Amino acid sequence: MISLTFPFTEAQVRALKVGEEVLISGVVFTGRDAVHKYLHEGGALPPGVSLRDGIIYHCGPVMMKQPDGSYKCTAAGPTTSIREEPYQWQIIRDFGVRGVIGKGGMGEKTLAACKEHGCVYLHAIGGAAQVLAECVKRVRNVYFAEEFGSPEAIWELEIENFPAVVTIDAHGNSLHKEVMAASSAALAERL
Amino acid sequence: MNALKDSLVELIRRASAELPDDVNRALVTALENEKKGTIAASALKIIEQNIELAKRKSQPICQDTGSVIFYVDCPVGFDQIAFEEAAREAVKAATKVGYLRQNSVDSLTGKNDGTNLGPGAPAIHFHQHRSPEISVRLVLKGGGCENVGAQYSLPAEKLHANRDLDGCRKAILDAVLQAQGKGCGPGILGVCIGGDRATGYEFSKQQFLRLLDDRNPNPELDALEQDILKTANELGIGPMGFGGKTTLLGVKICAANRVPASFFVSVSYMCWAYRRQGVTLGAEGAIHSWLY
Repeated sequence: MISLTFPFTEAQVRALKVGEEVLISGVVFTGRDAVHKYLHEGGALPPGVSLRDGIIYHCGPVMMKQPDGSYKCTAAGPTTSIREEPYQWQIIRDFGVRGVIGKGGMGEKTLAACKEHGCVYLHAIGGAAQVLAECVKRVRNVYFAEEFGSPEAIWELEIENFPAVVTIDAHGNSLHKEVMAASSAALAERL
Repeated sequence: MNALKDSLVELIRRASAELPDDVNRALVTALENEKKGTIAASALKIIEQNIELAKRKSQPICQDTGSVIFYVDCPVGFDQIAFEEAAREAVKAATKVGYLRQNSVDSLTGKNDGTNLGPGAPAIHFHQHRSPEISVRLVLKGGGCENVGAQYSLPAEKLHANRDLDGCRKAILDAVLQAQGKGCGPGILGVCIGGDRATGYEFSKQQFLRLLDDRNPNPELDALEQDILKTANELGIGPMGFGGKTTLLGVKICAANRVPASFFVSVSYMCWAYRRQGVTLGAEGAIHSWLY
């Protein structure tokens, strides 16, 4: 198990290889469909949000507002990443993202951007909302909650020992491509 | 009205936080079958911890608490309008306490008012029967697995799929291949052969009300179910698409009549976080028994 701790440097990220399991600690920002489309269309990040040497997490958590106005994260697994495939490469390039946490994998454009700019795709366990919510130690802030609604907002989270698997590395390798090719061949033999 | 609403909130809580026993058992077996030390085994271990934690904390197994779909079997004279009102109140209340995520978005404006209520939300299917019993089954179906569902129109030349059971097999296995890990596998397939585009998907989803270890009473469909399950698990897609032995936990197939011009195969995919629960209700709306 490899520890990956904020700030996520290019050297740290380039050292990772497909199939390795990591435990991530530090500050991450959630962002999913609405955020990706907004940034792709030229929208600016709100003050306080920086993705440079950072991680964007494809996640729409369940957040409960506490009496003191703070938020408690009660469920926080990843959402399907492939929907961000049209936008992700550009966000990696323009905002200096070093890691994308999500599930289900991403395509060629993201794979190329990871290689070119030094970024990795970190596959969390889809559906494991409770295990992953336990890794969220604090909800530091929320942005765009009004505009995009709670699941689509940018949540600033402090995470600790958050488990994930490197499935796209910064060297042009993708576990998703490998499994797709192998399973296609296996199916062809069985038709 | 209040007793009914309270019963439905409890049904939602239990569906969201606790996996049914048949699904739990299938996941335990899957973990035993995966090779130790693989990322497939790691993924299933985290899934097991997650199931235990969600139950203990009474919190959602998955943050995507999904489309809320009720299936109600009721006697003649049952007040469907009152039920619908109670169900809406229950969904709203369950959202407030966090059994459900604020998960319903106006498709035109993009607004999420946080109530989980709106056109089509929740979805309620009523079915009248001669028995005096009232049973309510609930499926919470997340968007990730819903997105990998697929509908094929046979013949499908690209798949060499003709209008016969072998063509259906090819279409269903193609859906598994295309889904890879994107639907949060190991998954469960609900399939309808025939019907129109709407009923095909509707019936495919109703297959999720069946128990994982039941057998199809139709021998041809039973053979197809067993064959798809075995073949899919030989493809090496594995949990989360990481590679491994468990791609599917179950396959459930039904058939509906079609018009001569159409031959649809509708495939719905359910994630491992297979949230289904059901209750029978007493006259006052109190929970009488649990169905899963």
